Amino acid sequence: MAIADASRAEARRAVLPGRPAVRLEHVTKAFGSRRVLDDVSFEVPSGSGFVILGRSGTGKSVTLRHMIGLVRPDSGRVFVGDDEMSGLTGPALSRVRQTIGFLFQNAALFDSITVGENVAFPLRRHTDLSDQEIRARAAGKLASVGLDGEYDRMPAALSGGMRKRAGLARALSLDPEILLVDEPSAGLDPITADEIDSLLGDLKQRGGVTLVVVTHNIPSARRLGDELLMLHEGRVIAHGTPGDMDRSPDDLVRAFMTSRHSG
Amino acid sequence: MLERAGTAAVSWFATVGDASLFAARAAREIFVPPFEFRETIRQIYELGLKSVPLIAVSGLAVGVVLSMHTRASLERFGAESMIPAGLAMALVRETGPLTVGLLLSGRIGAGIGAELGAMRVTEQIDALEASAVDAFRYLVVTRVIACIIALPILTSVMNFAGIMGGFLAEASATGMSLSVYFNRAFSLIDMTDYIPATLKTMVFGFIIATTSSYLGFTTESGTEGVGQASTKSVVLSSILIIVSNVLLVRLIFFIFPQAAGGG
Repeated sequence: MAIADASRAEARRAVLPGRPAVRLEHVTKAFGSRRVLDDVSFEVPSGSGFVILGRSGTGKSVTLRHMIGLVRPDSGRVFVGDDEMSGLTGPALSRVRQTIGFLFQNAALFDSITVGENVAFPLRRHTDLSDQEIRARAAGKLASVGLDGEYDRMPAALSGGMRKRAGLARALSLDPEILLVDEPSAGLDPITADEIDSLLGDLKQRGGVTLVVVTHNIPSARRLGDELLMLHEGRVIAHGTPGDMDRSPDDLVRAFMTSRHSG
Repeated sequence: MLERAGTAAVSWFATVGDASLFAARAAREIFVPPFEFRETIRQIYELGLKSVPLIAVSGLAVGVVLSMHTRASLERFGAESMIPAGLAMALVRETGPLTVGLLLSGRIGAGIGAELGAMRVTEQIDALEASAVDAFRYLVVTRVIACIIALPILTSVMNFAGIMGGFLAEASATGMSLSVYFNRAFSLIDMTDYIPATLKTMVFGFIIATTSSYLGFTTESGTEGVGQASTKSVVLSSILIIVSNVLLVRLIFFIFPQAAGGG
């Protein structure tokens, strides 16, 4: 079974070693008359922690959604590995998406099935594992985020923090190469937010996954980000290591980096 | 004033165009593999089987009322013996199919509109896509197929329940036996009465599923939007069923002239 899993993982590999995991080239996106992204270009190095910062409504989440093809650019190109997301449909798009995990801001758990079946869902769809193996794997993923024993609970019965953990377990169920995380601490108390951060930090430390996080939380950004990128009014105004950002000549960037806001 | 009317007209045509493309895509993808067998069966159970009590009880009541009205009319001409045949003819050819269409545009249309609307605003549809699942095929095509299969069957249930309701009314009024009632009820009906009228409800099923799925899929504005999607699903499905029924009856009469009494 391990060999079968390894060959399947190889077959759906999107990111080639030494290449950027994600690349945006001159991406522009408008909703109606409102331009949300304006000529945005950057690369996310494979295996790194990459954090996108910015004030509310500056296009951070839209940028993240471009990376998994939930939003298509009006102009410009988005690459995951060597695959251009904006040009993919059907099975080709599905193959690339299987290499990406996405943790939504509000977890977006399927509310008609149990927490465990939420985590098992991608495994049932995309693997040939037996029911027993899928349940065991899903239970293992839940345990890895501190939700052991919660398999049969319904999502509505979970607290905000637990939902976020379950969402993380589902995002990790196919052992993705890239994990996209939208506002991991939004709506959580500081202690729970720190716990989610720790889980993401552990993932990064274990390696093997490229982490792209959208957040307002500067301590979290410093902990998770090898590189930070700041968006303002749909444009990239700063990009570099946390140290580079601290020394930025731009007042807005420095003000953001010294803010104590943690939500 | 004129400008606002113009903008509203453009928006209306854009929505109609968008909805037509949505329906055309659903019609095409019904025949394109891979098929979501498991989810389709679940939808047939949820949308079809769970509607049986509503349809059976309504059918029974419609049969009783139709019988009473038919008796009141035919008694004047001394043609009481024609009551079972008249009732069965009215039920099978028009009352049964149309009543099922309208009842289910309420039960199923409201349900699909609200469920998919809630999934849209809570990002569950995006989560499906992010899990490398084609949300359109999984959520829309399965419901369309389920409705197309379920409506003719439910129409047959409605017809049978209506005929039984008519028998109860006749038996209580005249003491007519079941065998005499059945002999008279089916004396004038043949397959050209039953099959086209029943099969036209496949179109009603398509209308209900695509209209409510479209409104659910395009829901905006949070919980208020979910309520609006649900209400609009019922109203729009009902109107489209009534209008399409005129065209379908014309079409049936064209293909089967004997059904129009011309052959």
